[in-house]
Amino acid sequence: MSKIQTTFQRLQASGRRALIPFITAGDPAPELTVPLMHGLVAGGADVIELGVPFSDPMADGPTIQRASERALAQGTSLRKVLELVRAFRRDDATTPVVLMGYANPIEAMGAETFVDAAVAAGVDGVLVVDYPPEECFPFAERCRNAGLDPIFLLAPTSTEQRFADVAKAGSGYIYYVSLKGVTGAGNLDFDEVARRIPRIRAAVGLPVGVGFGIRDAESARRIGAVADAVVIGSRIIEELERSPRDQAVANVTAFIAGIRSALDSLDTTLAGATR
Amino acid sequence: MQMADTPYSFPDAHGHFGPYGGIFVAETLIPALEELRLAYEACVADPEFIAEYEYELKHYVGRPSPIYHARRLSEKFGGAQIYLKREDLNHTGAHKVNNCIGQALLAKRMGKPRVIAETGAGQHGVASATVAARYGMECVVYMGSEDVKRQAANVYRMKLLGAKVVPVESGSKTLKDALNEAMRDWVTNIADTFYIIGTVAGPHPYPQMVRDFQTVIGKECKVQMPELAGRQPDYVIACVGGGSNAIGIFHPYIGEPGVKLVGVEAAGDGLETGRHAAPLTANAKVGVLHGNRTYLMQDEDGQIIETHSISAGLDYPGVGPEHAWLKDTDRAEYVAVTDGEALQAFHDLCRYEGIIPALESSHALAYAAKLAPTLPRDRILLVNLSGRGDKDMHTVAERSGIQF
Repeated sequence: MSKIQTTFQRLQASGRRALIPFITAGDPAPELTVPLMHGLVAGGADVIELGVPFSDPMADGPTIQRASERALAQGTSLRKVLELVRAFRRDDATTPVVLMGYANPIEAMGAETFVDAAVAAGVDGVLVVDYPPEECFPFAERCRNAGLDPIFLLAPTSTEQRFADVAKAGSGYIYYVSLKGVTGAGNLDFDEVARRIPRIRAAVGLPVGVGFGIRDAESARRIGAVADAVVIGSRIIEELERSPRDQAVANVTAFIAGIRSALDSLDTTLAGATR
Repeated sequence: MQMADTPYSFPDAHGHFGPYGGIFVAETLIPALEELRLAYEACVADPEFIAEYEYELKHYVGRPSPIYHARRLSEKFGGAQIYLKREDLNHTGAHKVNNCIGQALLAKRMGKPRVIAETGAGQHGVASATVAARYGMECVVYMGSEDVKRQAANVYRMKLLGAKVVPVESGSKTLKDALNEAMRDWVTNIADTFYIIGTVAGPHPYPQMVRDFQTVIGKECKVQMPELAGRQPDYVIACVGGGSNAIGIFHPYIGEPGVKLVGVEAAGDGLETGRHAAPLTANAKVGVLHGNRTYLMQDEDGQIIETHSISAGLDYPGVGPEHAWLKDTDRAEYVAVTDGEALQAFHDLCRYEGIIPALESSHALAYAAKLAPTLPRDRILLVNLSGRGDKDMHTVAERSGIQF
């Protein structure tokens, strides 16, 4: 069983929701990535999504694109990202790490080489934004066989057929994109999310994390009431952009801790209600 | 609009040309592409839609565009005869409008009141703004901020036509970044917005759809060449950036083995300098960008690199997936000419035929200039003169050290 599956089982057993922060590797500086990852765990992260910077991040909004540009300007290649994960693993053997990025850097490295190198570095899952399941069944299978969970997106507009494709190719968890648009946008429709999550969970048979548009404790709490996991990305990048270098880790840790306690208060309420 | 007279049947149902093409986009775009595919398939099977499209091409664009035997230029090159397919005579001055009319009619059918487009030099932006005005649609054009500076006249042209031009500040601030930004707009406003892609790239069904709307070029040639020259050409030559004018003239000839197809890419400062936009000729690595798999200008880490060409319309790091397939199967040959060679051909056509060509099309002419002298005088080269050069006055003048 993968580290991601174990994590979700443990959380589900205690009635808690997973908190999944996203940062772009190499942003604001490569030497801050590993300290930031440890800070996220200290703040209460259950899984870390680590962005692999790409020159043309089509599905991302301006915030994560800026992060990608800063990281690339400092030479954060996919190989470098894997080195950073390896460095993180020296002090943290348990927190699952998911790489999130685009297909081309992986294809440039070679899918086989990438999967082996990612497993060796201690990566647990991979989410390739521009690999819908039908374009990557062999890649997804290679990942699963190597113990790397291939994680897929589903959207408010996804059909039942899409659920089936994702069920066939994916493992670990589902990343439900909670709104139409790019990362970092607003207009989160909580009712829509509440209606869709149970159907996706039932159809795909995997825990469902929700991201895109979660910006604070309140939106995290409301999403946490229906989802298995809450993903926060652009908001953390903004925190990093606002922070002086020497306070970046402390500020992000504090921000995540705030979200964590919001989610935990919710869990207590829920647990109390069901008992 | 499908080619019934050839066994060539690409792409497959999923938009693949062999290993190329496909639908490499985030899940959020998948339903929109499916909606588009279904609407497109319904339209091309509908005689009324085809009739309207053809009416617009005839009465609004001014088709068919003529083929012209460039006798003085042929004489100068000294060898094979040069024939020009005059897409420069279309309304808006290039082949781009053929596709924009088709997609705007489709948008109208789908009930989308808003169209968006990306543009590099501004030709596709102008064509999109034109058809949006023609059909009473809101139009937003994304353009890299570098290109906005370089192409001030086209920016003003789009504004005159009622379009909003949004300068894109991200990445290299050029065509590829404009495309990224247009995709972001589309994914956010899918319900009321139609994205008019200007070339045969992007996710399925765009490469097929844009090709189908551009094949009017080659279909006319097949009728016109026997009338004018008594037979089909020995070579069909066209410039390739994304590759829409080339696929438009190539495609109807794919099933004719006697006709050689040559795509001419931009070698910029020269292939050996690395400063070019010729992924096919330079045998660039295959990868995934903008929704499809194709040959891509990239560094060893898989990051897309900046391209270089005197012609903004060819300044793109990828190439349409069908060209990748035609290269691999040797059905078409791909070559590249430098900025200098293209400029020479530009001046030659001005002086010998009284036609000012677009710098993009000048690349195709420049290869014809190299090829013609190696062939007997009774051979025929059909060159797609994809656009006129008015938009390039500043660029050419600057190269000659002239300020307006």
